[in-house]
Amino acid sequence: MTMLSLRLPISLVNSVTPPNIRITLSSKTHAAVVSKRSSATALPSLSTRNEGASVSGEVSEPLPAELAAELMPKHVAVIMDGNGRWAKLRGLPASAGHRVGMQTLMTFAKLCCSWGVEVLTVFMFSTQNWLRPKVEVDFLLRLYESSLISTIECMKMEGIRFSMIGDLSKFPECLQRMIISAENDTKHNSRLQLIVAASYSGKYDVVQACKSVAKNTKDGLLHLEDINENIIEQELETKCTKFPYPDLLIRTGGDLRVSNFLLWQLAYTELYFNSVLWPDFGKDDFLDALSSFQQRKRTYGGR
Amino acid sequence: MQKSTGDIIRHLLSGLYGYLRRCIFAILSVGPVPNHIAFIMDGNRRYAKKRNMREGDGHKAGFTALMSILRYCYELGVKYVTVYAFSIDNFKRKPKEVQTLMELMREKIEELLQQESLINEYGVRLHFIGDLKLLTEPVRVVVEKAMRVTAHNNQRVVLICVAYTSRHEIVNAVQECCKEKWNEVQASKEAKVPTGAFARIDQSMKANDFQDSCKAYSNGVESARKKDCVFDHNFGKHGVDHIETEITSCNKLVGINEAKKYKQGEVIKLVDIEKHMYMAVAPDPDILIRTSGEARLSNFLLWQTSTCPLYAPTALWPEIGLRHLVWAVLDFQRHHFYLEKKKKQF
Repeated sequence: MTMLSLRLPISLVNSVTPPNIRITLSSKTHAAVVSKRSSATALPSLSTRNEGASVSGEVSEPLPAELAAELMPKHVAVIMDGNGRWAKLRGLPASAGHRVGMQTLMTFAKLCCSWGVEVLTVFMFSTQNWLRPKVEVDFLLRLYESSLISTIECMKMEGIRFSMIGDLSKFPECLQRMIISAENDTKHNSRLQLIVAASYSGKYDVVQACKSVAKNTKDGLLHLEDINENIIEQELETKCTKFPYPDLLIRTGGDLRVSNFLLWQLAYTELYFNSVLWPDFGKDDFLDALSSFQQRKRTYGGR
Repeated sequence: MQKSTGDIIRHLLSGLYGYLRRCIFAILSVGPVPNHIAFIMDGNRRYAKKRNMREGDGHKAGFTALMSILRYCYELGVKYVTVYAFSIDNFKRKPKEVQTLMELMREKIEELLQQESLINEYGVRLHFIGDLKLLTEPVRVVVEKAMRVTAHNNQRVVLICVAYTSRHEIVNAVQECCKEKWNEVQASKEAKVPTGAFARIDQSMKANDFQDSCKAYSNGVESARKKDCVFDHNFGKHGVDHIETEITSCNKLVGINEAKKYKQGEVIKLVDIEKHMYMAVAPDPDILIRTSGEARLSNFLLWQTSTCPLYAPTALWPEIGLRHLVWAVLDFQRHHFYLEKKKKQF
C-alpha cells in the first residue's frame, strides 16, 4: 500500500471526488491498528480523542527491530496533507480535521524523539494557504495559538526545541509574540528540533536569501563572483538548524508533489508518498516510511 | 525466403503497433495534453549490469530509449521535453566513465544533427542547459553548434541538462539578478525627466514629500519610455539652471531611494530571479518522471517542479515504454481537472 504510489504511478484519490473504497479501507485498517496504541484516531467519533492530552508522561517508544539505529534519518520533513478530506469522510467540518491533525503531529513528534530523529520540519501553512477562505484561515490561526499554549510546557519537558520558518510578519501580532516567546523558551532544548514552516514556501525562502545576498554585496561584505551555494545556504531560513537538508520527506494524503515546500533543501532528499490521510498517519505508517528510507542507496550523483 | 517473410512480418507488426499507438494518442488528446514533460533518465548502468553488457552499452541503450520517448511525446503533442543527461555531481564518477559519457554525448549530438533525424522530422529546437564551461572542448563545440543550427526550429523543444544542477542554476540566477539590479540603480541616476512629470516632482519636492517625488519621477520616466518624449524639448519653459538643479536633486533623490531599496533588497522579487534561470526558455514541467524507482530529485529542476506531480516507475531508463508515458499522462489528466478547480476556488 505505502509503496504502491511509488512503484506504479497509479491514480490516487483527490479531495473533490467521492471517497473511494481504497481510502476508506486504508483509513479503517490504520484506525484499527492505531487504536491499540491510543484512542486518537478511532472512527468515526471525534469525542473519543483525548484532546487535552499532554505528550509527556507517555512511555518512550523503543526503536522497532526492523530499523537500524545508525541508518535513521537525522532530519525528517513532513507535508501533513489530508485533514480536510479526513473530516469530509466523517461528515465533519474541516476544522475538526485540522484539530485532529494537530494531535497527530504532537504524537508524531514524540515518536521522532523516541526513535532518534534530530530535526522534524512540518509544512503547517504555505504562502498559498493565505488564499483559502477567511473563515478557514482565521480558524487555523486560532488553532495554532491554542496549540502553542497547550503544548509549550510539554515541549519544554520533552526537550523539544521549537523554531518557526516563514514570513512571520503576516501573522497577527499576538501570535507573532507567542511564536518568538516559544522559540526563546525552548532554544536550549536539544532532544528534537521541531521546525514549523508557516506562511512559508521554498521559493519565498530563496527570494529572501537572495535579498540578503544582495544587501551583503551592496554593503561590500561580499563580491558578486563569490556568491556560491554555501552563501545561499547560510541565508536560507533553515539556517536555524545544524541539519538544514531533510534526509526523508513524507507526504501523506496521496498527492505526488512537493507543493513548494523546502525547494533548495530537498535536492537529495528521499521522497516518500503515502495515500493515508494525515490524521490517520500512525506508528506503522512511519515505520513503513523509515523502512523504505533505510533500504535506499543514496549516491548523491556519484558512485 | 524465410528471412524475407520474417522481415515482412516484423514490418507489418511495426506498422500495426505504430497505428495502435496513434489511436491511443488520439484518445488521450481528447483530454488535456501536458505541454512539458521532464525525465530523469536513471538506470542505464543497472540495465547494463542486468544484461551483462558493458557500462557504455547501457548508456547507448538509454539514448535509444530517449529517441523512442521523444517520438512518443511529439506524436502525442507534447511541445517541451527536458531530460537530465549529466549532473555536475556526475563529474565525481570514475574518470573513464565520465570520458565515455562525454564521447557518447558528442557522437549522439552529431547524429541528431543529421538530415534524417528526429530533430529535423519534428522541427525540434535544442537547448543545452547547465554550466557548459565544465564540458570538454569537443563536446562544448558540438553543443554550441547544435544550438546554433536548430535555433530557427519552432515546432518542438528539447532541453538537455548537461553539467547541470538546480542549485547551480539558482546561484547563477541570484548573481545575475544582483548584477542587474545594481546596474538599474546606477542607470536610474543618469536618467532624464519629462516636463509633465517634472512639474509634479517640483511641487512635491517643495512640499518636502520625499516618497511622492520619487513616485512622480518613476511615473514620469515610465510615461517617457512609453511616449518616447524627451525632457529636452521643454527646456525653454523653465529655465536651464533651475531645471538642472532640480533634476540633479531629483536624480539624487531617486538614486538614494533606489539604492536604499536595493540595499534593503526590496527591489528583488521572485520574477527577477526566475527570468535569469537557465530554464526560463520553457514553461514549468507538467509532469516529472524518474525511472528506476528512485524517489528523489537529485538536484534537478527544484525550482520548476515545485508544484509538478512526480512519478517513479520501477522500470530502468532503457526499459521505459509507451505504457509508462500513457499512465503518467492519464494521471496528469485526472489531477488536471482537480487542480484547475482548486485554482478557480482561489
